[in-house]
Amino acid sequence: MSQFIIEAVYFLTALLFIYGLKRMASPVTARSGILIAGIGMVLAVLAAFLYGFDVREAAQEHLTMNVALVLIALGLGLGWAWYSGKKVAMTDMPQMVALYNGMGGGAAAAIAATELFSGNAQSHGVVVSILAVLGGLIGAVALSGSLIAWAKLDGRMNGVIRLPAQQLINAVLFLGSLALGAYIVVTGLNGVISFPMIALFFILALVLGVLLTTPIGGADMPVVISLYNAFTGLAVAFEGFVLQNPAMIIAGTVVGSAGTLLTLMMAKAMNRPVSNVIFSQFGGSDDDGGEIEGSMKSADASDAAIAMYYASKVIIVPGYGLAVAQAQHKLYEFVKLLQKQGVDVAFAIHPVAGRMPGHMNVLLAEAGVPYDIIHDLEDINEDFPQADVAIVLGANDVVNPAARHRKSSPIYGMPILNVDMARQAYVVKRGQGKGYSGVENELFFAENTSMVYGDAQKVMVQMIEAVKSLG
Amino acid sequence: MDPVTTITGFVALYIFMLAAFTGYEIIGRVPAILHTPLMSGSNFVHGIVVVGAMWALLNAGSTLEQVIGFFGVLLGAGNAAGGYVVTERMLEMFKPSDKRQGTADKE
Repeated sequence: MSQFIIEAVYFLTALLFIYGLKRMASPVTARSGILIAGIGMVLAVLAAFLYGFDVREAAQEHLTMNVALVLIALGLGLGWAWYSGKKVAMTDMPQMVALYNGMGGGAAAAIAATELFSGNAQSHGVVVSILAVLGGLIGAVALSGSLIAWAKLDGRMNGVIRLPAQQLINAVLFLGSLALGAYIVVTGLNGVISFPMIALFFILALVLGVLLTTPIGGADMPVVISLYNAFTGLAVAFEGFVLQNPAMIIAGTVVGSAGTLLTLMMAKAMNRPVSNVIFSQFGGSDDDGGEIEGSMKSADASDAAIAMYYASKVIIVPGYGLAVAQAQHKLYEFVKLLQKQGVDVAFAIHPVAGRMPGHMNVLLAEAGVPYDIIHDLEDINEDFPQADVAIVLGANDVVNPAARHRKSSPIYGMPILNVDMARQAYVVKRGQGKGYSGVENELFFAENTSMVYGDAQKVMVQMIEAVKSLG
Repeated sequence: MDPVTTITGFVALYIFMLAAFTGYEIIGRVPAILHTPLMSGSNFVHGIVVVGAMWALLNAGSTLEQVIGFFGVLLGAGNAAGGYVVTERMLEMFKPSDKRQGTADKE
């Protein structure tokens, strides 16, 4: 009976997950979507307690202890995650998603480990064994890889660490763990369960996750997080098959494919094949943009503000620098002053602005900017020639015209926002440094560009004052 | 484990295929502004792994399995709860302009 209830609840859960995700796909219904999916999760967890009525023979004597352990683990995991999720700042969201994702991968790897160590997976034949091993491998890579991504985004680990012959080491590790996995499957079918080999398999997989991620730079982290999200989904689906748990199979596969598509979309936005990101070829070209003709001109924040005040169309290009300076609230205050004056203001968001796709949208939403004045690259790029003023705040490579014409540039081919086509461009920037890619930005030297130096927050305050003083 | 549903061979492949298309369809038509919440939302959905970890821990027959199972449930619960909270917080902030509420659906 308990088994029937569990199955029925899982069916409902799968339905609620898919319906919830579907509703999350539109800004209008998104909030109810996560609530619906959340209900599905709570029901599934409650139903999973019914497993206690029908446990393996070997576990009978430990049942009381195991139930207590489940309650403690659930309480600790839920309490910690709820607290950390509530207090994390919106700018730090990407690393939290990476961290939670790594935990999911770790849970999938843990299931694989218990099923392999206990010999349960091996006793169910070759297919189940292979899926248990593969799910364990992918889950462990997602766990350690996500932790590195989290450490990098959280500023706990800086720079790019490359070993000599990194590709070779990674290939050896990958093939080594596959070989060990094959060994575990083959010997397991003959009833042999080798504890050291299984342990070594998981250790290799964890090391592989670390070494895959350490050479990847911060700017590529969105793609990496998305990829590991898909990995975890796949690992969950595989372990779901091992446990004959349809809710895990469906939820894991949905996330696996959705995550893969999202990863491809992101990589496309950066004009780099995913393989390029993973095998970290960024900066392979030494071209730093060369000598650019012309010189940078600087302008006062108040001059830029007044130019926008009397413009009829202004396009704002925010980048991660804006969020770091926590200037998005001041920016929106300024935008409201412009709108009151009748200026048509639009936000242009590059697909990889921020640290995750759509991260900048979240940061602007936090400041109260309505989502219908925020536009994607494809929607707004043709509007730049009609804009009187385009202002770039804390973005660099995504507005570099070199991406359109300079073939030797490492960013050549990346879609950019055509800020240089606006009648007047202002770039708010802290100093004269180069962008993440280490390339000199041609936009800054253009005839119609003026640089406004300063911290974005302070610049916005000056702009607001300048506009207010006009009355 | 003797489940009511036994998912083997081609039935499993059918489930994989249909679920994969479902995931593809859901993400494929989403505006970029929702990519972060949706990534976070899908991150929450694979938190369902916690129920598998619960099964593994409840069926643990040795100390080693108990330890690993404990971490499995701990991590899975963290994935589910954390994923829910951050997704909910992000989606809460998305609001349309007051004056153009009607056109919001087209975004």
